[in-house]
Amino acid sequence: MKDTLYLAWRYLAHHRIKTAILVGSLTLITFLPVGLNVIVGQSARELTARAEATPLLIGAKGSPLELALNSLYFESDTPELTTYSEAVRIEESGLAKPIPLYVRFQSRESPIVGTTLEYFDFRGLEIASGRRMAVLGECVLGSRVAASMGVGPGDTVISSPESVFDLAGVYPLKMQVVGVLEPSYTADDGAIFVDLKTTWVIQGLVHGHQDMDAPEAAAGVLKREGDTITANASVVQYNEITPDNVDSFHFHGGMSGYPISAIIAVPHDQKSGTILMGRYEADDEVSQIVQPATVMNELLGTILTIREFVVAALLLVAIATLATAALVFLLSLRLRRREIDTMSKIGGSRLSIGTLLASEIVAVLVAGVLLAGLLTLLTVQFGEELIRALLLG
Amino acid sequence: MMEWIDYTFFLRPYAPTPLRLPMISISDLRFRYSQGGFALHVPQLEVESGERVAIIGPSGSGKTTLLNLVAGIRSPQSGRVITNQMDLSELADSSRRDFRIRNIGLVFQEFELLEYLNVLDNILLPYRINGSLELNKKVRQRAAELAEMMGIGDKVSRNVRRLSQGEKQRVAVCRALLAEPPLLLAVEPTGNLDPTNKDKVLDILVEYADSKGSTLVTVTHDHDLLSRFQRIIDFKQFYDLDPKPEAAPSKAP
Repeated sequence: MKDTLYLAWRYLAHHRIKTAILVGSLTLITFLPVGLNVIVGQSARELTARAEATPLLIGAKGSPLELALNSLYFESDTPELTTYSEAVRIEESGLAKPIPLYVRFQSRESPIVGTTLEYFDFRGLEIASGRRMAVLGECVLGSRVAASMGVGPGDTVISSPESVFDLAGVYPLKMQVVGVLEPSYTADDGAIFVDLKTTWVIQGLVHGHQDMDAPEAAAGVLKREGDTITANASVVQYNEITPDNVDSFHFHGGMSGYPISAIIAVPHDQKSGTILMGRYEADDEVSQIVQPATVMNELLGTILTIREFVVAALLLVAIATLATAALVFLLSLRLRRREIDTMSKIGGSRLSIGTLLASEIVAVLVAGVLLAGLLTLLTVQFGEELIRALLLG
Repeated sequence: MMEWIDYTFFLRPYAPTPLRLPMISISDLRFRYSQGGFALHVPQLEVESGERVAIIGPSGSGKTTLLNLVAGIRSPQSGRVITNQMDLSELADSSRRDFRIRNIGLVFQEFELLEYLNVLDNILLPYRINGSLELNKKVRQRAAELAEMMGIGDKVSRNVRRLSQGEKQRVAVCRALLAEPPLLLAVEPTGNLDPTNKDKVLDILVEYADSKGSTLVTVTHDHDLLSRFQRIIDFKQFYDLDPKPEAAPSKAP
């Protein structure tokens, strides 16, 4: 037996390119459905884990999926905006702790998440270096953002304008990095966290400019009517918040009317959660409340259906591949007719010749399946990191 | 009462018998292929042990077919072919193969080497494809010695595709001689060789046959070589171009 296996090995080694192609095809066709299954399973777990850790989300009426994707993963377009008064309303209801989120702006490709310090406690985010933000204009970076930008405490990051042509809109704000988070292997690693008010500064709703009573600003004043001063565009607006100018930043109008994208509501207990959900059932209600786990499960249901189709398609490809492999083996037998005849003529036993030919096929099949198994193991082992990189990257 | 026939004697090591029993004994042999062409009829033919015989005759006259019948690769429709005291047509296919690999060394015109093996592995091939031969250290040593004797000792690790025609035929001869068979059957062993290699390969075969007392039967078209043989059989006498159907056509075993 070992002699025929040796001959089979020599044949496969001699025709190494053909063997590699056959083994590679069989590996891929075996691995793809299994690997896809593993990756989809892991992706589903990855997606639902964060959704399940977020009890309730409240936002303006619109797409629940957009609200969930934006608030949980800082992906997707900004949903319809609600106002800060909604957070106040939840707080005053005594049913849940509200954590407001304003996910709209970016610094380069990284989302800027305006929130409160409670968000860090809620998500269990720890500071790796520096400290949490304390005053307007400070930010804390997720670990991946810090690594990719190559910045840390003491450095600055600048918000990106929403549109280069939006001259009257959002101006870049230079923010001071005061801390970097420990990796959490979630979407938080890719975000820049600022106080909610800082996002309003980025939007221009809270702003700071030179003192209009100062003599150097006099040239810009157009009109004075009591406390109201009308100035022209020559008045200097600050695009960085420093200890020297922080006091000049001020709100126009009441904070309760300022925009936010969502509120994470953490009910004090299950009953409170149920009551809170009931309050958003009214037809004239302008806000919606969603359970992120339910929304993500619906999305996963769609993904899993797609997976079924993909697996079915892969099975057809597998059948075609196996048929092609069988054809290759048959053609190979035909090409080796003379060799088989020679072995028969000199006295090779049918068993040995049959074993030789069969062991080559079995070796290719076994190598393909083993490699597919190895790839599956690697996927199980490192798939989650791969998924994080792909989903959150 | 049923009589058990002992077929195992051919598995014993060969020792030339002093009685000079015939190595090949053919009587009233008839053979034709199912697709027709010619019919072979050999009324009587004997080849002594240790004899060197050349078979000549026109192409397609059945010379190679006769060697295939002697080797048990094909079975006759009628008549008897006794090879080394054994009627091969009475043996099962597996026993015929076992007999062949131990008792007959075959040399082909086209060498028929396995191109994915190196020189040594090609020489050792018979020991790898039939369990009745045991590949051990002694056999490996014999293979190395044969290669050395044939002047290819320094090329045993080389792939056979990288050998000259003469070297390839020497490898094929080594393969045929490795099991030290009492009978050597060669089909045009020098047909693809230049004059120098032609003489060299024939020298090797003849020297081996003489030293071991083996029988050498060679099919050849090369009349320059005939002087090296003790007997020449012209195949014209056994050849019938317009055969009458006498028996069922043969199938390869």
